[in-house]
Amino acid sequence: MRPAMSLLLESRPESVDQPRQIDPGLTTEDRIFRSSVSAVGVFVLVLTGSIGVFLGYQLIPTLGHYGFRFFTETRWLPEQDKVGIAAVVVGTIVVAIIALTVAFPLALLTALFISEYAPGQKVKATLVAVVDLMAAVPSIIYGLWGAALLQPQVQPLSRWLSQNLGWIPFFKVSSTNPDAAAWEPTKYVGSAFIAGIVVAMMVIPLACSVMRGVFALAPLGEREAAYALGSTRWGMIRTVVLPFGRGGIIGGTMLGMGRALGETIAVLLIISPDTVIKLSILTTGTDTISALIAGRFGEATSHQLTALLAAGFVLFLITLAVNTVAAIFIGRSRSGAALEI
Amino acid sequence: MTTMQLPRIEQPVVTPPVDAPPSPTPKEIPRKIRGVSFEERGALVGSMAAALAADWLIYERLLSFTGKLGFTVCWYLLFLVVHAAITALEFPRPIVVDRVATGVVYGGAAIVGMAVASTVIFTFIKGWPALHHLNFYVDDMAGVRPSSPLTKGGVGHAVLGTFIQIGIAVVLSLPLGIATAVYMTEVGGRMSKTVRTVIEAMTALPDILAGLFVYVLLVVNFQMPKDGFAVSLALAVTMVPIIARSAEVTLRVVPGGLREAGLALGASQWQVVRRVVLPTARSGLATALILGVARAAGETAPLLIVSGASTFFNKDPFHHNMNSLPLYIYFGVRSPEKLYIERGYGAAALLLTIVLILFTLTRFLARDKVRSR
Repeated sequence: MRPAMSLLLESRPESVDQPRQIDPGLTTEDRIFRSSVSAVGVFVLVLTGSIGVFLGYQLIPTLGHYGFRFFTETRWLPEQDKVGIAAVVVGTIVVAIIALTVAFPLALLTALFISEYAPGQKVKATLVAVVDLMAAVPSIIYGLWGAALLQPQVQPLSRWLSQNLGWIPFFKVSSTNPDAAAWEPTKYVGSAFIAGIVVAMMVIPLACSVMRGVFALAPLGEREAAYALGSTRWGMIRTVVLPFGRGGIIGGTMLGMGRALGETIAVLLIISPDTVIKLSILTTGTDTISALIAGRFGEATSHQLTALLAAGFVLFLITLAVNTVAAIFIGRSRSGAALEI
Repeated sequence: MTTMQLPRIEQPVVTPPVDAPPSPTPKEIPRKIRGVSFEERGALVGSMAAALAADWLIYERLLSFTGKLGFTVCWYLLFLVVHAAITALEFPRPIVVDRVATGVVYGGAAIVGMAVASTVIFTFIKGWPALHHLNFYVDDMAGVRPSSPLTKGGVGHAVLGTFIQIGIAVVLSLPLGIATAVYMTEVGGRMSKTVRTVIEAMTALPDILAGLFVYVLLVVNFQMPKDGFAVSLALAVTMVPIIARSAEVTLRVVPGGLREAGLALGASQWQVVRRVVLPTARSGLATALILGVARAAGETAPLLIVSGASTFFNKDPFHHNMNSLPLYIYFGVRSPEKLYIERGYGAAALLLTIVLILFTLTRFLARDKVRSR
């Protein structure tokens, strides 16, 4: 090649070969496009980031004014300017845990039903739509449902639990005698237990759709292998679907917990606000961070407003931690993309 | 042997074809792997009946409990036990476990189904007294006294307010969210990872905090009024991360081959994004938007903080209070007046209807996508 090339060049010495530029760089149009989209991205980053920074910054004046007692004080007494978040943090977590205890089995069973038991594609699609619909129902409607329809049904259940499982500290009731012939249903109103059940209604669709998504990815080959070995349907689920979906089950549940922690309006409609730390979940009175904010911002002085923002920041941090762990679990579950069949 | 030969002699001379089936082998019946056999169905119905009878006897007569909820729960538990026992008479343990597990899964799904159904039905039944008056949809509450009957006043102003607030919030958040998603998927770079991390973190922001943030920053610090625009800002703050994230997911599934084909034909990146990527992802983006809108329409917590309630029509988002459906519901059901509570439930049913319509629209769009592929 080389001698031939040189021959060619020699014959036309005046034209020096210029290599075509393969990468002409960005056109003006693209430069404008890329820079404007990047600008929006950075703007959104600054906007959302500044909200986080703004909230976090509120901790400084709050701690300056109320001292470290802000974290240990249980009561929220605006009149005496004595405020603390110990009780509401505990209340938030208690309500979230109750919600998870109720929601986890139901979400898991529903996800299993939709992905493994539902007959036919049409039924399956309808059920998926129903679960999605459940996620779209406004939380205030769940709150109304819980306060008006569910609460009267749950009161006897609360009483039954306190009668028969009263030796568990959570179910112990001391403010009223559950065994009395004329028991007081009103003592069981507005409890963390009922709030938790209602919040569970909002956790179920979220957890269920994550779990269902993971179950659907369980490899067909392994399912058929289980059936070919003579497994029953439950045997197949226990040995293939559930181990495969473990990451999704945990991750979906934690994602639901993130939702449960921040729920405001349904909790606000049900609970009777009471900022004390107590183990008994069946009796009246509890409070969560978000319900505290919704209930107290109107009467708050500027210091207390800062304190409410700081309390909100604590809630944000808890939610963020839970969501991050959830994302790790969901990401770590055996993904269908890596599968070779 | 003899019985086989006898008829053959009497038959006309027809040689049997070579490929005719030889003497009938026992016909293979494939094991049924799907569906329910007769015995199974019998065991199921029988156990149900037995459990119902036992439940009635034990729960109502012997222990004299009351309550429909407890009765149903006990019936279900008894059913599981009886069904397991009946199955155990005939089948080995794995099948018993399978039947019990099936019963538990069906029971769990049924509870969730009943909860959803009861929520929807309850809302409409409670809302019916207000819902069947036409004035409920078109009138506002100006001059309506607590004792005024349901034929006076309505929630027209709240519906209008909700639509205006959501409209402004969408106008603010949709371009920002989609542009951010385009930035994360199409432009990329080290900065985009930071953007993605922060946006994912901000989706964890509890909605009430967005409201409190806007309230403290704008209303308290900058003395802005508690008007419709403040509500829109609070909603937009919650919607931007949600839309950006779901739009990113949608854009990421657009096949890379489509982009490369566009670029190979000499299109600029902007042309590829505008004419290939966004149109391909259009239905997914619409779904994300509508779900976001449905979510925002029912959002009550931020409204409680940044919005003031009003009783009259207000088309101007920058002046005076502007009511909205969630706020109307909240104050309605919290009031001691029976008629206000009924109006509140009516508004709840209306809000649920709006959300249901948006939701059906989403399903319709999602189905369209499948058909076109």
